Amino acid sequence: MSYLEYTVKSVPTGLRKVLYLNWPLALLLTAVASIGFLMLYSVAGGSFTPWAEPQMKRFALGFVAMCLVALVPIWFWRNMATLAYLVSILLLVFVELFGTVGMGAQRWIDIGFMRLQPSELTKITLVMFLAAYYDWLPMRNTSRPLWVLLPLLIILLPTFLVLKQPDLGTAILLITAGGLMMFIAGVHWIYFGVVLALAGGAIAAVFQSRGTSWQLLQDYQFRRIDTFIDPSTDPLGAGYHITQAKIAMGSGGWTGRGFMQGTQSRLNFLPEKHTDFIFNTLAEEFGFIGGFSLLILYVLVLLFCIFSAMQNRDRFSSLLILGVGLTFFLFFAVNMSMVMGLAPVVGVPLPLVSYGGSAMLVLMVAFGMVQSAHIHRPR
Amino acid sequence: MDSYRRVSRRGLILGGMQLGFAGLLGLRMRYMQVDQADQFRLLAEENRVNIRLIPPARGQIFDRNGAVIAENAPSYRITMVREDAGNVEEVIARLSALVELDEDELNRALAEMERSAPFLPITIADRVGWDDISRVAVNAPALPGVTPEVGLSRHYPMGDDFAHVAGYVGPVSERDLARYADPEPVLRIPRFQIGKVGVEAKYEEMLRGRAGAKRVEVNAVGRVMRELDRREGEAGADLQLTVDNGLQNYIKARLGTESASVVVMDVTDGDLLAISSSPSYDPNKFVRGISFDDYAVLRDNDRRPLASKTVQDAYPPGSTFKMVTVLAALDAGVISPEETVWCPGYMEVGGRRFHCWKGGGHGHMDLEKSLRESCDVYYYDLALKVGIEKITDTALRLGLGMSHDIPMSAVTEGLTPTKAWKERERGSSWVIGDTVNASIGQGFVLTSPLQLAVMTARLATGRAVTPRLIKSVEGRTSPSHSGENLGFNENHLRWIRKAMFAVSNNRRGTAYRTRIAEDAFRMAGKTGTSQVRNITAAERARGVTSNDDLPWNRRDHGLFVAFAPYDAPKIAVSVVVEHGGGSSAATPIARDVALQALYGRDPPLDAYPKKDRGRIKTQQERLARERRAPDGEESSRA
Repeated sequence: MSYLEYTVKSVPTGLRKVLYLNWPLALLLTAVASIGFLMLYSVAGGSFTPWAEPQMKRFALGFVAMCLVALVPIWFWRNMATLAYLVSILLLVFVELFGTVGMGAQRWIDIGFMRLQPSELTKITLVMFLAAYYDWLPMRNTSRPLWVLLPLLIILLPTFLVLKQPDLGTAILLITAGGLMMFIAGVHWIYFGVVLALAGGAIAAVFQSRGTSWQLLQDYQFRRIDTFIDPSTDPLGAGYHITQAKIAMGSGGWTGRGFMQGTQSRLNFLPEKHTDFIFNTLAEEFGFIGGFSLLILYVLVLLFCIFSAMQNRDRFSSLLILGVGLTFFLFFAVNMSMVMGLAPVVGVPLPLVSYGGSAMLVLMVAFGMVQSAHIHRPR
Repeated sequence: MDSYRRVSRRGLILGGMQLGFAGLLGLRMRYMQVDQADQFRLLAEENRVNIRLIPPARGQIFDRNGAVIAENAPSYRITMVREDAGNVEEVIARLSALVELDEDELNRALAEMERSAPFLPITIADRVGWDDISRVAVNAPALPGVTPEVGLSRHYPMGDDFAHVAGYVGPVSERDLARYADPEPVLRIPRFQIGKVGVEAKYEEMLRGRAGAKRVEVNAVGRVMRELDRREGEAGADLQLTVDNGLQNYIKARLGTESASVVVMDVTDGDLLAISSSPSYDPNKFVRGISFDDYAVLRDNDRRPLASKTVQDAYPPGSTFKMVTVLAALDAGVISPEETVWCPGYMEVGGRRFHCWKGGGHGHMDLEKSLRESCDVYYYDLALKVGIEKITDTALRLGLGMSHDIPMSAVTEGLTPTKAWKERERGSSWVIGDTVNASIGQGFVLTSPLQLAVMTARLATGRAVTPRLIKSVEGRTSPSHSGENLGFNENHLRWIRKAMFAVSNNRRGTAYRTRIAEDAFRMAGKTGTSQVRNITAAERARGVTSNDDLPWNRRDHGLFVAFAPYDAPKIAVSVVVEHGGGSSAATPIARDVALQALYGRDPPLDAYPKKDRGRIKTQQERLARERRAPDGEESSRA
């Protein structure tokens, strides 16, 4: 079914669309972001600067962007998918050549009012493009080898560019999100079995390559993995971070140590407390109750996406909503696993909570498309 | 609608997986925050809370009258905090305009500042004067980050008087730490001072006290955010020595540059009224960390200022040992005091000729005459009659050949030789000549000046008096050391004392010239000369026996032991003058010291024989000028 078959007259038009926005989703996102503001205020020692205030402004900007994107019909975004993908690939190439080096990696382009991270943008454009691809591809071709190879290349191209920066976290996110998009689209089980087997082999190869001339990961990436496996091997180096993060988290207990009372974050034992490890501050100051509440909010956003996708009979919309939900899920799942010591530290922010402009704007635009798909769904 | 179903089925599967993973995260959260919370809370506290030690104030040391020997004086230093200073170079430039800064120390401080955290205070000038400190304080607004700080450092106001007794403190070294199985944490405080020698070292645990502690909250880089609570430590115990500051100071001045030692002991309770070794050194230099050059001067001086000669050096006692030999013979019942021995100037024993110091011989000698004139042959004869075992046994009973328990460094045992000792240590058997040598305190016999004083006190009282250096600890007086009766026949002791009286007061006595003229304080003593070298046959032939012809370090040691007053003994004195050339170097010192001790001040000239008075007057005036001004120091008496 394509967008031409919509019963267009039942789709809201003009400003009436605002009423059809999914306000519970908007509310959920605002709630999540508010938790972020609160924590950024706390880690700054009870101050809106330097983090909480810019974050609030960016969220306001993001919220407006979400509404604007939501008002544009979903088929417009479907037509834009290829262009968006190409632009993000170009930006990735551009950042590779001219980008600013920060934190040991080439990640952003300074565009005046903010620093644009093309890798953040790619997370969404890839999902868009894959959704458009499977919408366009006749169902019977989905599992044909040639038509499986094509999306694989679509996924691997930006993954390769991101890995070169090097940004392992985003690369993992891209490849996982892309793979799961193919799964949702209905690619045959067999492929996934083969890929999983190959992945197992690849992981073995990565470890085998260590110390050889064809080493597949950077040294620091290997060290992160070592540290993850046993933080005590490096208690004052990289292992220090994860150990301190776990202490912050665990010492919160049921109800936490109180707002702005977290000693681990207040006394700077906690690293990157306003970005990757912000969840630990939340868990330290508001305890299990605080941390679990945020998890519930995330799950509610996720559930909305799943139900919205199930209701939507447009294939592109459905795939896009699931894809955005999936990306959102990967963000918080990887971040939380990482800060709770379940995964190596790979530098993935907590969505809508961690301080950072690109990730927030991109996610809000993505949710704008989810809203658009929701408003313009065939009825 | 097939495509839609595919999406929804796969979507649901994926959604289920996502929710499952979210559940897993929730469980992990619960596990860490609920099940393991206590453990993590503890780790967070360990991170946050640091225990800082508060060093205790060290106990002070006083003399028997309460004059301060060792105290904790304020010591000023200037510290600087890099982050508060802003422009470090500019502030240093301003500071050096006010205070003279040592170039090396400054460079070291700047290097240290570079290395350490910006909020840590770094000492840029140590032991600065009060004037400098007040100038810095007045100019504080122009010197951001610069703080004058006051600490406590050990100070010895008596200078070198008590260097060998009280000793000194210094920073804890690796070797000090190695001595303890489990060193107290306070020892690891930088610049913490502990006793290195003398009473300071021996009473270290008591003087040190117990460190207090404060708990502070620190951040990840160690900056102290606030103090949580504190527990004050316990100051160290104050010690009072038995030594009299005035007498000790007098002796120091009286000995001058002589390489000598003097011990004055109260015979009634064993109190060491003075225990002085000369030359001495300034212990304050060691507290500061003595320079290599200063140390080399002390180390290479052939009069050995660093040695505590009163307790750690053992000399052949020479004729001062003769009381031991005669008491042994009397105790064994092999002689009576009236028995005489003919002294022809030598004695043949085992084919060897043993000379008397008087070549021509003394003629008929009884106990009193032999001791008075220090005839050697009389004692050779006694030695053959009584044997070495009895002599050694008597020496031990009189406190020789044993280490007396006083808290000074390297207290020697001396040596009272036995046959078994010689076989063990020298690998040859005891010969009769060894006994003959021992009878006049030569050969293998070695005694420290302290032991000689103890011997004299025991002869004077007949009791096992033992020396006591610590009068009280924290106000609690330690028990008297007057001792049990030694079990000698009182008549025997009386004869010996009478003979010793004659040494000092009989016209023919060897110490007659240095007698005390005051009847109430008559002295009884015994001279001694201990040979540093053997007189060779060639020398004897040439007649080179005068010490004046020899280089200083080959001259004989001069010794004198005495107790006074004769009628009611109060003090025992022993004097050893290294390379003094003979006992005449020791006897005048002993008399001056004894009178000073008995009067408790400069004695009236009447106490001296008439012909000495002029010389003594000059000497008293000279010493009064040289001695430490009594006002300044004695005003601190309790």
